[in-house]
Amino acid sequence: MSERVGMEIALAAAETVALCRPDVIAAYPITPNTHIPEHLSDIVAEGRLDADFICVESEHSALSACCGASGAGARAFTATSSQGLLYMAEVVPIVSAMRLPVVMIIGNRALSGPINIWNDHSDIMSQRDVGWISMFAANGQEVVDMTVQSFKIAEHRDVMLPVNLNLDGFQLTHVVEPMLFPSQEEVDAFLPEYEPYAAVHPDNIVSMGTLALPEIFNEVMKAKDEVLKDSKKVILEVWKEWEEKFGRTYKPVESYRTEGAEILLLAIGSMAETAEVAIDELRDRGMPVGLLKLRLWRPFPFEEIRNAVKGVKAMAVLDRAVSFGGPGGPVFSEVRSALYDEKVRPTIISEIIGLGGRDVPVGDFIKIAEKAARVAKTGPEEEYEIFGVRGS
Amino acid sequence: MNIVENFDLYAPRLVDKEEHFSAGHRACQGCGEALAIRLMCKALGKDTVIVNATGCMEVVSTMYPTTAWNLPWIHVAFPNSASVGAGVEAGLKVLRRKGKIADRDVKTVAIGGDGGTFDIGLQALSGAMERRHDLLYVCFDNEAYMNTGIQRSGATPFGASTTTAPAGADSTGKSEWKKNLAEIIAAHNVPYVATACHSYPFDFMNKVKKARKIKGPSFIHCMSVCPTGWRTASEDTIKMGRLAVETGVFPLYEIENGKYTMNIKPDRLRPMEDYLKLQGRFRHLTPADIEVIQTRVNLEYNKLLNKVENLQSWEDLS
Amino acid sequence: MEKAKKWPEDWQEIIPGCMVFRPGSAREYHTGSWRAQRPVYDNSKCIKCGMCYIFCPEGCISQDADGYFIADLDYCKGCGICAHECWPGAITMVEEG
Repeated sequence: MSERVGMEIALAAAETVALCRPDVIAAYPITPNTHIPEHLSDIVAEGRLDADFICVESEHSALSACCGASGAGARAFTATSSQGLLYMAEVVPIVSAMRLPVVMIIGNRALSGPINIWNDHSDIMSQRDVGWISMFAANGQEVVDMTVQSFKIAEHRDVMLPVNLNLDGFQLTHVVEPMLFPSQEEVDAFLPEYEPYAAVHPDNIVSMGTLALPEIFNEVMKAKDEVLKDSKKVILEVWKEWEEKFGRTYKPVESYRTEGAEILLLAIGSMAETAEVAIDELRDRGMPVGLLKLRLWRPFPFEEIRNAVKGVKAMAVLDRAVSFGGPGGPVFSEVRSALYDEKVRPTIISEIIGLGGRDVPVGDFIKIAEKAARVAKTGPEEEYEIFGVRGS
Repeated sequence: MNIVENFDLYAPRLVDKEEHFSAGHRACQGCGEALAIRLMCKALGKDTVIVNATGCMEVVSTMYPTTAWNLPWIHVAFPNSASVGAGVEAGLKVLRRKGKIADRDVKTVAIGGDGGTFDIGLQALSGAMERRHDLLYVCFDNEAYMNTGIQRSGATPFGASTTTAPAGADSTGKSEWKKNLAEIIAAHNVPYVATACHSYPFDFMNKVKKARKIKGPSFIHCMSVCPTGWRTASEDTIKMGRLAVETGVFPLYEIENGKYTMNIKPDRLRPMEDYLKLQGRFRHLTPADIEVIQTRVNLEYNKLLNKVENLQSWEDLS
Repeated sequence: MEKAKKWPEDWQEIIPGCMVFRPGSAREYHTGSWRAQRPVYDNSKCIKCGMCYIFCPEGCISQDADGYFIADLDYCKGCGICAHECWPGAITMVEEG
């Protein structure tokens, strides 16, 4: 029976990871995700989890050690943020290429420089093209649920890909919320023991991490792409099973009050929760506005995005990262690209908010929705806007 | 290839007949490192997992869809064979503890070149040694970043010409001395540290066997002659390794719990010139340069002898 | 050990992660084609010490039924180490045709 507990979300993430019985945890502390590895090491030290916690000397070594452990057939986990993610970035595409089902929780934090320890999505957005399954949680319950789901999806024999689960640094990691935790029995029933496709052990000799010549490389990349796209089937199956067992639904794109909406906001991460308040207020005023919440980032949910914007006149895509000198926020440019060939499509604008932990109050979401309503008639005013900058 | 079972002869009787590192690898003719790997694998036996850093050996041995390895093998990236090795060691340990794999000893051995060990991989190695993983790390040192085209590394000796510290009108090649990695690792309180060379195959294989038995970290620094990078004749590979030892450039010793032992002790060191003149990478050195090298090699050798004679094992000191 | 499937493979045939489950399959590539010279044995001088077998970087030297050593010319790269290390001088390197 699940029990409802109030605790800091980072600690909840650690407790949930422990329920998933990882064999090896290799992590390096970095604000704001530090509480996750710290609490995991507490759980191991207390004897509540039979695992090896490797206090690696860098994030590069953290992900490398996870590769080694996963390559040996163990269930491996790590967590990081921002600069830590960049430090391990060399290894990130290798994990997916080697089909090692490592699970990583990222407490999203702004990339330096200047150094800033607070929340934005520039860290994960720098790792878009790496072949990992990538999902976003918007509140504590989602963190708990999606942590268990991540292991199951990663290790599925039709997937065998690493998964990163993103939660906003400080906005989620350090916030206390009440959450329902599955019991150990429930997790054990949902998440079977890891049975690796291959493992480095003398009983079944394999070479992992070989070299691919140009003659074969394009085919390898095609295979990598296809397996990531195909993983969506398994993701949906796992979410269906979660709904059946725990009664909570998960979709690649969630909608909030989108019935009859002509204006949409599209949010990703915890900003969606604040946006919901804005939507409520605007709906009270009679504005036909709704909210889309992007949960599944990779593989990109083309079908769901295209279905969600039918009949919509304008959509403001909210990003928490800038692509300097580029064609707008990362989520915006991908969403717009996905909709380009649709015969009827909304006007889409890029609003970049909350960089480096800047608070985004309800009023900002309201202003952005009103702007979207305006440009529905007049067309976009600029390529993209970094919203709310003093001096604009 | 048939290896006849009744191998009743001197040298081959002492070694495992299995070729855990098979022919067909794309190493250069006369590659000392390939030979060293082949010998190391014979000493390790089949209950071993090899973790390989990016470098010559990884590239020449595992071109998909083939592999020269008859042992389980994993390669991830360049700086991380020690940290991947730490993960493999931890993974195998936990799986065995949980009864998910066979209950027998499988040794994790991380290998890398001097590039992947002295320089870019030093941090991961230091961390793995400090955390005392049951991991043997063998560094195959051919004294430059050979796989990318003979660039200078921290292991390149003074005066060697490499493609990034070349000899020229304004330069005598590398102007810094070789990093002493065995000492660095010994300072991590690693119970077994040794230097070795493929030209002394039984000494090398014995050291590998010894290190394999250690329940904890161990490190072997194996000099590997590279005819391509050193500009030596391919048939001279074994000879060059011997000269390195006989001139005192690369003494073979062990540090066991802090006690130093010289394994090969020439009565008198041969002059540096005997070693340097056969290598194209030292071709530009003048007699004055060689004198500088000779002085330093003598000093380092004497420092080592001093440690051999005076330092006691930690067990005796505690 | 089964031979490799056709090369180069279609994308659907690539093994996940480019893993190779055929240990020692490098032997499919005959490095002997690189050779410019090959070792020739004079068994009358051979003392069967086995050092040529020890020092071959390819590991392609083996013993025949009489205990003499012979290089597998499919893999011998002609480096000359065996000839150089053979103390009785039983091995000579001879230019390839």
